[in-house]
Amino acid sequence: MWSRRRGHLRPTVCGVETSGLEPRDLGSALRKARREQQLVSKRLLREDAPEEAGEGCVAAILGEAEVQQFLRQAQRGTEEKEREGALVSLRRGLQHPETQQTFIQLEGSMRTLVGLLTSNQALLQLEAARCLHELSHSEQSTIAEACLPATSYLLTYLSGHSSDFIELCLYTLGNLIVESEAVRRQLLPQGIVPALAACIQSPHVAVLEALGYALSQLLQAKEAPEKIIPSILASTLPQHMLQMLQPGPKLNPGVAVEFAWCLHYIICSQVSNPLLIGHGALSTLGLLLLDLAGAVQRTEDAGLELLACPVLRCLSNLLTEAAVETVGGQMQLRDERVVAALFILLQFFFQKQPSLLPEGLWLLNNLTANSPSFCTSLLSLDLIEPLLQLLPVSNVVSVMVLTVLCNVAEKGPAYCQRLWPGPLLPTLLHTLAFSDTEVVGQSLELLHLLFLYQPEAVQVFLQQSGLQALERHQEEAQLQDRVYALRQTALQG
Amino acid sequence: MQLPPALCARLAAGPGVAEPLPVERDPAAGAAPFRFVARPVRFPREHEFFEDGDVQRHLYLQDVLMQVADAPEKPRVPAFACQVAGCCQVFDALDDYEHHYHTLHGNVCSFCKRAFPSGHLLDAHILEWHDSLFQILSERQDMYQCLVEGCTEKFKTSRDRKDHLVRIHLYPVDFRFDKPKKNRSPASAEVPGDSGERSEGEAMEICSEPVAASPAPAGERRTYSHRIPSTICFGQGAARGFKSNKKKTKQC
Repeated sequence: MWSRRRGHLRPTVCGVETSGLEPRDLGSALRKARREQQLVSKRLLREDAPEEAGEGCVAAILGEAEVQQFLRQAQRGTEEKEREGALVSLRRGLQHPETQQTFIQLEGSMRTLVGLLTSNQALLQLEAARCLHELSHSEQSTIAEACLPATSYLLTYLSGHSSDFIELCLYTLGNLIVESEAVRRQLLPQGIVPALAACIQSPHVAVLEALGYALSQLLQAKEAPEKIIPSILASTLPQHMLQMLQPGPKLNPGVAVEFAWCLHYIICSQVSNPLLIGHGALSTLGLLLLDLAGAVQRTEDAGLELLACPVLRCLSNLLTEAAVETVGGQMQLRDERVVAALFILLQFFFQKQPSLLPEGLWLLNNLTANSPSFCTSLLSLDLIEPLLQLLPVSNVVSVMVLTVLCNVAEKGPAYCQRLWPGPLLPTLLHTLAFSDTEVVGQSLELLHLLFLYQPEAVQVFLQQSGLQALERHQEEAQLQDRVYALRQTALQG
Repeated sequence: MQLPPALCARLAAGPGVAEPLPVERDPAAGAAPFRFVARPVRFPREHEFFEDGDVQRHLYLQDVLMQVADAPEKPRVPAFACQVAGCCQVFDALDDYEHHYHTLHGNVCSFCKRAFPSGHLLDAHILEWHDSLFQILSERQDMYQCLVEGCTEKFKTSRDRKDHLVRIHLYPVDFRFDKPKKNRSPASAEVPGDSGERSEGEAMEICSEPVAASPAPAGERRTYSHRIPSTICFGQGAARGFKSNKKKTKQC
């Protein structure tokens, strides 16, 4: 279900030299790129099997004369096969950045290509579109901008009927969008939003996936919250996106992944989330979460985390909206099964993708913070102990686990009674030994709540050398006051 | 991480809401120096919290994570010809045929056989070229609809619409799917001459010549007609290229 129809392994990823890097180093190189907002993801469709190149080797870089020759042949050749062949040769050459540069510097080359793109020869049109697609993959914004004359046609073709061609146009648009603000500034008045809104009604899965990709790139633009997201929200796109995320036999994972990310970019921009809640986003995403947990149990399929991640993010951010309370949105997400599903996903992350644990715990925090019902579920479904098992993963995870436990404990004695006796106190004594200030700080908060609502815990704490554990931190500026206060409580109790 | 065995059963069972335990807070809970407050957290777009997940998304898009399926060979079939009357194009792959069909035979005007990239443009063409009522109405009200889907502006003349497309929608001045209809009536409000498209005379169609060749249209067409092999037909009728000078005698 997750195998890609087409794809091509690239030695460099967004300009970050990655060949030869260990996976861990690759990760940190990409993280650095993201921090510098350089992370540019593109999708390249390459249909040729490598052997088709004929010589059995990668296509060569083309010089100016060759580019000119191929263009002339494509434009004025006599045999259709000859014209098509010329474009195929050009396309292969355009896999190289040097050829791309040569092409755009050649006068009239884009005009010729656009002419072929709009010709009435279907196969020439397709090959011309593939040439544009190669150009769209360039990491130079000058090359993306050289493609500006083609954009009105790419948009026009989105309302056509040839699904392969539409798919190609969409991926090309998506790539151009991410590379250049000038392209986006042109595409918006050219009507990209209505064009996408019309195209999203296509029954073809490949088209929908491509559309989701293009839309996700548009939504990631830095000017998106002011200039793009409002018109997206005003269109019919949100309803269609949510439809594509409804679990059931028609759910296509590849399509759902794209639209889940689209939703995430919209929601975290916080332009008008109540509108999405009004469209039923919370209940759709909640049901999808249940579905994902079911899928995780059934199969070992890699790739489910690709969909789980944006779904978790959307739910977490939506839960912070005031509209959730007033519109009764919380009603949509009071189902206890959501907690069960989340823990099944947490276990899945623990085994397959620990870096996503914080995202799952973030949702757990947002579910439990203001909800006595969900806190009760945690207790009645025996989920405290599994939660504690996550503590050793990392400091970030530890802090979040302790925060969720605080959410439960702060609700009062009825809740703390259920946390006692049990593994909680020994665990806290253990986390007090951590060196990370935030972990210790959160442990102190939890201890305070436990002492307050379950005073019997104090004695056991003292018996288990709790004071010494506390005193280890009495010099630490951020912890001193709380350490002192707890010490007093313990000694008085 | 060990989950309680009953959890899967809970997921499979029906929806339900846990009856909450009674909440009873002591004000001392939030008293200084303690500062914990239970609250949902929101993360904005660029927050570093999203770093790891974003990197994975990026890798997915670059196809590094997933098994890269080899691009399947286009399935070849025994050569067959397009079945549309008058078209003799031959194919050996279904994908190619699909694209050919949609491009040349998909949105075809039944009056003049011109092909259009979309139903939207075809509809506009039929209205503006073949509907006599349109001509009458357009003398009294704005009838030329903007070609951009979603834009509801209408204009008195095709020229005004072109201006709108260029100024507001940033369309190219020589947009191929908006060539004005050549009208022999001197009383007509349209004068396509200035826009330099008179030589084409074939509005709203997918042109057979690339733009770069347009300064010498007659020469190009002649070259075309001699060299196109007879096995290749264009659905819109190759002969049309020679009739560009012939005045339109009928309004369909």
